[in-house]
Amino acid sequence: MKREKRHEPDLALHIEDLTVAYEGKPVLWDIDVNIPPGVMAAVIGPNGAGKSTLIKTVLGLVKPTAGHICIHGYPPRQALKRVAYVPQRSSVDWDFPTTVVDVVMMGRYGHLGWFRWPGRRERRRAMDALSAVGMEAFAKRQINQLSGGQQQRVFLARAMVQDADVLFLDEPMAGVDATTEKAVVALLQELRDQGKTIIVVHHDLQTVRDYFDWLVILNVRVVAQGPIPEVYTGENLRKAYGGRIALLDPDSSGETPDAVPREVVN
Amino acid sequence: MQAFLNDPMAMILLTGALVATSGALLGTFLVLQRQSMLSDAISHSIVFGIVVVWLLTHAQSGPLQIAGAALTGVLTVFLTEMVARTRRVKRDAAIGLVFPALFAAGVLLLNLYARDIHIDSHTVLLGEIGFVWLDTMPLAGLEIPQAVVWMTVATLVNLGFVLACYKELKLASFDWQLAAALGLAPTLMFYLLLGLTSVTAVAAFDAVGAVLFIAFVIVPPATAYLLTDRLSLMLLLAVLVGVASTLCGYPLAVRLDVSIGGTMASMTGVFLVLAFVLSPRYGVLGHWLNRRVKYSG
Repeated sequence: MKREKRHEPDLALHIEDLTVAYEGKPVLWDIDVNIPPGVMAAVIGPNGAGKSTLIKTVLGLVKPTAGHICIHGYPPRQALKRVAYVPQRSSVDWDFPTTVVDVVMMGRYGHLGWFRWPGRRERRRAMDALSAVGMEAFAKRQINQLSGGQQQRVFLARAMVQDADVLFLDEPMAGVDATTEKAVVALLQELRDQGKTIIVVHHDLQTVRDYFDWLVILNVRVVAQGPIPEVYTGENLRKAYGGRIALLDPDSSGETPDAVPREVVN
Repeated sequence: MQAFLNDPMAMILLTGALVATSGALLGTFLVLQRQSMLSDAISHSIVFGIVVVWLLTHAQSGPLQIAGAALTGVLTVFLTEMVARTRRVKRDAAIGLVFPALFAAGVLLLNLYARDIHIDSHTVLLGEIGFVWLDTMPLAGLEIPQAVVWMTVATLVNLGFVLACYKELKLASFDWQLAAALGLAPTLMFYLLLGLTSVTAVAAFDAVGAVLFIAFVIVPPATAYLLTDRLSLMLLLAVLVGVASTLCGYPLAVRLDVSIGGTMASMTGVFLVLAFVLSPRYGVLGHWLNRRVKYSG
């Protein structure tokens, strides 16, 4: 057998010259993204910046027009088991007739492979993950009895049992209570400390510096990327958000890391 | 054994039960994927496939007809997805554009070239389960009604499919994106599900017709959905409701002297209404009682 050549194996995520278009309209235009392993990265940008599209393209759910993607040096098709995905909560039907522990077991389906039914081992893994997110008491509940925050914890548990090296999360803090947000962030940081790479589409600019250590600012093109202290600047944020950025601190020029910008809801 | 196979009532009930079982197995996933109306589209457009296969081969049933129907069913879905993907037409409208076109083409071809044969538009739409015991074929030394043979095959294939791909179907229905990200081919599952729906519709054709078949695909799973929170139980209950409908429908039809297929299908509706009112958790009555308990206590 021919030995496979890995491209940029030292990067958790490597994207080169990627363009994605819907009906001829570019959603992502010629972007390069490099994220090293073991960081917790936020992907931020205004509405329509292509944040979700970026994740979906990496996962192979959306076909790129041009460019290539590598996960730990492998093309996405060969890296299916290295990647876990937490979609937006609203993307699934929470009235589906199934239980909490069943949903978590779905994270093992990829490892099980075709036709094999999940068994006791998968259930045990799911229960361990549920207790890690503090949801073991809910294991046998029907999923439509969960609150938004509980749904998010279940999704996180499902991603954890995937045993992936890279976790992608699409707006995991959207619409969850403060307690859940803290718990989710703590769990993600713990996973990062175990050496996993966490990549989060994030919408709350105020918490970026508290939660993350790596940042990709996106607005169809990549505005800036790198470690938070270098990239989280008023100038970069203004470039991405334009006039829609409000600086809370009037004395600040916005160039210092102390500025607290916030996306203005219009 | 032959006596059993010669008994019209036994054969009618057996055919009905097989139609109900095979329909409910697939219908459960169609209802959960919110694609139930695609089964309506398919059951109409396969008329086109049946006529085309008949014109080409003069086969009225058998493997060629089944293959033709499966292809037409998949073609219907494929055309629908293609029209919808242009984003000029919404998906429901795309379904409404594709299947009447194929159905109309089928009816016109039937009128033009196949006026005198067994396939006429009435049979296609309604079927006649009352006569299934007349049309037999020899198999293993026995004379078995064709409808029973083909429905048994369809039921076994559907059961095999659901058992083998249970987790794949479940994930594709619950979270299409995760299924795709894990490489469990939700699109392939979707087309297989609809291909089998087409095949089953053809097999069920003689017995209950294309339109009544839809009742067995959609209504029992919708009823089961109101009764349980578990997918496996939903499948089982859907099959039970479907079979019970055929068993209750037959004597009622005899008593009222009306269409057997029609009564069987109507009974699925009766069970749905019962579940809607009486289901412990999702029923109207249960809901009302719960509220009274809450507010009076």
